[in-house]
Amino acid sequence: MFAYYFGLAIRSLKRNVVLTVLIIAAIGVGIGASMTTLTVFRAMGSDPIPGKSDQLFTVQIDNWGPNPESSGPGSKSHRLQDQLSYTDAMALMKAHAAKRQSAMYASGVSLTPANPDLLPFQLHIRAAFTDFFPMFEVPFLYGAPWSAADDTAHAQVVVITRALNDKLFAGANSVGKTLNLEGHEYRIAGVLDTWAPIPKFYDLNDERFSKGADVYLPFTRAIDEQMEAWGSVNCRDNAESGWQGRLRSECIWVQYWAELPTSAEQGAYRRFLDNYAAEQRSAGRFHWAPRTALQNVREWMVYQQIIPDEVRILVLVSFSFLFVCLLNAMGLMLAKTMGRSRDIGVRRALGATRRAVFAQCLIESGVVGLGGAAVGLVFTWLGLLGLRALLSAKSVELTHMNATDIAIVVAVAVVATLLAGLYPTWRATKIQPAWQLKAQ
Amino acid sequence: MEIRPILSSMRRNKVGAVLIGLQIAVTLAILCNGLFIVQQRIALSQRPSGMIETDLFTIDNGWIGNPPDVSSRILTDIAALRALPGVVDAANSNDYPLTNSGWTEGVNLTPDQKNSSAFMALYFGDEHLIDTLGLKLVAGRNFEPSEITDRGSTDRVQPATIIVTRSLANRLFPDGKALGQSIYVEGGKHPTQIVGIVDRLQIPWTGAAGWQKKYFEDSVIEPYQFVDSASSYIVRTKPGQLDTVMLAARKRLMEINRNRLITKIEPMADTRFTAYQDHRGLAIILAVVCAALVAVTGFGIVGLTSYWVSQRRRQIGIRRALGATRGAILRYFQTENLLIASAGAIVGVGLAIGINLWMVSSFEMPRLKFVWTLIGAVAVLLLGQFSVLWPAMRAASLPPALATRSA
Repeated sequence: MFAYYFGLAIRSLKRNVVLTVLIIAAIGVGIGASMTTLTVFRAMGSDPIPGKSDQLFTVQIDNWGPNPESSGPGSKSHRLQDQLSYTDAMALMKAHAAKRQSAMYASGVSLTPANPDLLPFQLHIRAAFTDFFPMFEVPFLYGAPWSAADDTAHAQVVVITRALNDKLFAGANSVGKTLNLEGHEYRIAGVLDTWAPIPKFYDLNDERFSKGADVYLPFTRAIDEQMEAWGSVNCRDNAESGWQGRLRSECIWVQYWAELPTSAEQGAYRRFLDNYAAEQRSAGRFHWAPRTALQNVREWMVYQQIIPDEVRILVLVSFSFLFVCLLNAMGLMLAKTMGRSRDIGVRRALGATRRAVFAQCLIESGVVGLGGAAVGLVFTWLGLLGLRALLSAKSVELTHMNATDIAIVVAVAVVATLLAGLYPTWRATKIQPAWQLKAQ
Repeated sequence: MEIRPILSSMRRNKVGAVLIGLQIAVTLAILCNGLFIVQQRIALSQRPSGMIETDLFTIDNGWIGNPPDVSSRILTDIAALRALPGVVDAANSNDYPLTNSGWTEGVNLTPDQKNSSAFMALYFGDEHLIDTLGLKLVAGRNFEPSEITDRGSTDRVQPATIIVTRSLANRLFPDGKALGQSIYVEGGKHPTQIVGIVDRLQIPWTGAAGWQKKYFEDSVIEPYQFVDSASSYIVRTKPGQLDTVMLAARKRLMEINRNRLITKIEPMADTRFTAYQDHRGLAIILAVVCAALVAVTGFGIVGLTSYWVSQRRRQIGIRRALGATRGAILRYFQTENLLIASAGAIVGVGLAIGINLWMVSSFEMPRLKFVWTLIGAVAVLLLGQFSVLWPAMRAASLPPALATRSA
């Protein structure tokens, strides 16, 4: 029966090619536009570390007071600061109250290649503690993270990315070799496998959708080398000059993540933070009741408004556009159905039930929906190409379609077309056979 | 033209009419808001920065291994750049406009103020910076060489003198008497005297919302030589010599000292292109969607009206046989479309304003002027008339005899 109706649908669609093309084009364009933006939206808001995003928490501690002096243009005083001061980050590291934890920040260094003919080039680095790697489940190709002892010893040791290893060592195992960073030799402890969570949830200060650092090194070493933070450094008025002044100041520039697998651990850690803030108060550093927060990866992405306004606007506009396209398709399908009143009248007169007519029209809608999906996929692909060409490089990596995206496109196209076809189909079942036959 | 017969025939075709009306309403709402955003973003990306951008290029320079003599190295570099043929002037700074990263600090009018009177983007430079960027000094004076001191990235200091933009001057001193006044910057207790006012100098950020848009010209120049392992050299060339000077500059700098890292050397025009890329991208995408929307709605009207024409072949034939002219048939379909489109446009104007109000609150967009929704309404009415023309003309050209003979 299905095959027969399917054949009938194809034949009926062929009978009015112009109308069919218009309907499929309308659905295809609408689906293409809306699915393009939806793909970008989904990619930007996707879980960067599935399975663990509810166990990883970033720490916020109010070290400025609940109603701080204006800290910058557009600052919202009721919000807790996004980062920690060096003082607080080091106190938390020392307390070691979570299963795993790491203070971290981004910086940059120059690398001088061993080959004197090659010019030095710039690398993005991330200063972190050894827990960074197991906590974020960073995969290793060769070697392993540096040790906790290396953290304590402020060791000149690094972990490099696979891309940098390919560039410098042609992909060979480089563990034990050295890199010259800013004139100092660093021993390579490990080489990462490809790892680029998108968005770069652990540091959303800037380049949120970038691949991240080329080189990782111990936080303690970076501090010794006075590596300036690349990202946001937000200072209070009382900060002193110089690097030691920065470290002693209430400037916030350090990100801090803790792994807390169970809700018991999370509760304990929250109490630990409040106790810490209370201690700071009794020590005379804070003059306010403790204000601290723990936010997991998903909460953090929402808090940081990971989806830019531009993408939100495009999603809204494109879905309104899809709505117009579906209204359009509905009108045209109605016209098409009513144009076939006579056929339906004959079928009904020959004994077809309303249900049979309904099924036939619905299958025809489905076929149109599949056509719309095919056209929509092409437009989505073109749309993503367009976005890639038009929007800045930061978000380029997002615009790839995976199998889920394709499935969503097809499903949305078919379901939307069936919905739009519902009224015309219902009207078809209401056709009076006698009326139609009489008119002939 | 008789409207009543049109209305009564429409009543038998309610759904089709409602579908077209709704399409027109939503089309109008999207069109108004979409094109409004396009216009906003284009205007944003065309704001003058205050610089003579066509003759400017920048070099982001870094020193390897934190050498202790950065200050003298930078002075050597800048002197060499100024000596290059084709160079008008050159300066060293922490930053320049359109980079989308930089420094902000609060400005106070009294030493113990709790909340800042304004915020400012910080540029450091010597007495050459104004000339290098091509800024227009509208009041006061430039820095003297004797005022310039070294400043590192972690130094927390306040200058004795400062040059501000007209925009910031007016924000701090609305009476227009900013020149010579003392302000308190970077949280310091020591007064800083405004010695000069430049017409324009854009902040580094180019965002479309919030303070980045509202205070986009609130910049200052502080009399510092920025001494850090990474800083930016800004070079102004004679007109038309940018490309050759850029090549010569890189070569000269590498001759002076190879132990450096030039992370970027690019014309200011390219910096501007990158700075506004996302705004331009959004504008283009929205314009394309609006065009597609017009096409879809137009074709939808063509399709549905064609169907109505074919459905009414017999009636049209009878009318023609009874003496109706071709013009009368044409006008029938045009009036019908006008009625539907007008209803849609009225709903659409309301919808457009509603969406705009919502965007005002959630995206910090400005209010849409009512007259634009009216222009949009006229546009969709014209779209309706234009789309209905072809099927209506086909209806009018139906020969009466043929139309009545068989359906």
